Amino acid sequence: MAISKVNYNSLNVTPSASKFLAWDSDADALAASDIGGSLNLISTQTASSSASLSFTSGIDSTYKEYIFKIINVHPSASNQRLAVNFSVDTGSNYNVTKTTTSFRAAHTEADGTPDFGYVTSQDLAQGTGFQNLFIGAPSSAGNDSSGSGTLHLFDPSNTTFVKHFIFRGSSYQENDAACDSFIAGYGNTTSAIDAVQFKFVSGNIDSGVIKMYGVT
Amino acid sequence: MALTKFEYNSFDVTPVASNGFAFNSTPNGLTTASAGAMTLIKTQTASDVASVEFKHGTSDVVLDGTYDTYLFKFIGMHPETDATDMTVNFSVDTGSNYNVSKMTTFFRTQHYENGTSGVVAYIAGNDLTEGTGEQYLNQDGSMGADNDQCLAGKMYLFNPSSTTFVKHFMSDTIEVNAGDRCREAFVAGYGNTTSAIDAVRFKCSSGNINGTIKLYGVTK
Repeated sequence: MAISKVNYNSLNVTPSASKFLAWDSDADALAASDIGGSLNLISTQTASSSASLSFTSGIDSTYKEYIFKIINVHPSASNQRLAVNFSVDTGSNYNVTKTTTSFRAAHTEADGTPDFGYVTSQDLAQGTGFQNLFIGAPSSAGNDSSGSGTLHLFDPSNTTFVKHFIFRGSSYQENDAACDSFIAGYGNTTSAIDAVQFKFVSGNIDSGVIKMYGVT
Repeated sequence: MALTKFEYNSFDVTPVASNGFAFNSTPNGLTTASAGAMTLIKTQTASDVASVEFKHGTSDVVLDGTYDTYLFKFIGMHPETDATDMTVNFSVDTGSNYNVSKMTTFFRTQHYENGTSGVVAYIAGNDLTEGTGEQYLNQDGSMGADNDQCLAGKMYLFNPSSTTFVKHFMSDTIEVNAGDRCREAFVAGYGNTTSAIDAVRFKCSSGNINGTIKLYGVTK
């Protein structure tokens, strides 16, 4: 008699969302595991008039690098920049001390003289507040205005070194210009970072998606 | 009676060629899923060593035509010597010599913890003009060796096995400078050779190095 169906829980493996069914390390049983690819989707958060998007789980020593993909974030308030902060107490406080750099290239749709250079107002020197990411702030009024980019966070669970991060993002800024933003720096703490929060400095995240990946 | 074997079509999942089985997002069932496009080839953890080398065919390292794009990740790179730098060089003879001629650009941004000197600038002294020596991945003499100081970042190497084109590479690193400032460095250029590059070496200009370097291949 042919076996036509096997229930997922008929296998002697603890199910884990989006994990592969693979041979274990001894190759003598099955296990839930990552295989093949090294970019593992941990969490997706979708904003809908959200005050903030917080990642308070899944940031630990499992991975040496975490990547946040920020896709089409759109502010509810005019001329606002998406910003990030880190927590060492699972999101109770977002106030890690940071020293950062900030520069950008920008070019208007009217083909004005491009801007390129360091932007002193957008960096932090041992600041505990939020770090702005898109230097060219997206417009709330323009329905097609948004920002997208990638934030790398290295070895957040390390308790010896500071916590480096690198961001690059493209935004359609308020005055109809393309802006390429480069932000980098370190959380100046030897405590483990275990939560990350994104929000606009004022107003809500009207819409947008942020995905968190772990890099094997 | 325990089930010891299943036919491929015994699972209530629509087969998809070359895909694998995965638990679904709930997870309360199985589904097909494809593996990601970035494959971890090799992780090397350095502990007070002179250099870290990735040689094709040695210690499971793949650095040939299997992938068009290779990606190195630098995590927690910590020098033994203060005010040094991390460098890279390439080999066309599997590591016997690291001396590929290179044309490169180098610019960096920096900002002190005390709030001064926020700037982005090209650093002419850190680029190469057909130089065969080491290429700086962060500004020369910059890396701090305090216990909590380190460097992180990434470097792409494109199509190293091509015997037609030069070999492009791009890096982006962030570090804590010995003078307590953050510095992000952007390096790009090409190995000016039509020979296949089959080995890559990372080291400090002065002293030994610690940290983790991972090599990934990006599926064609």
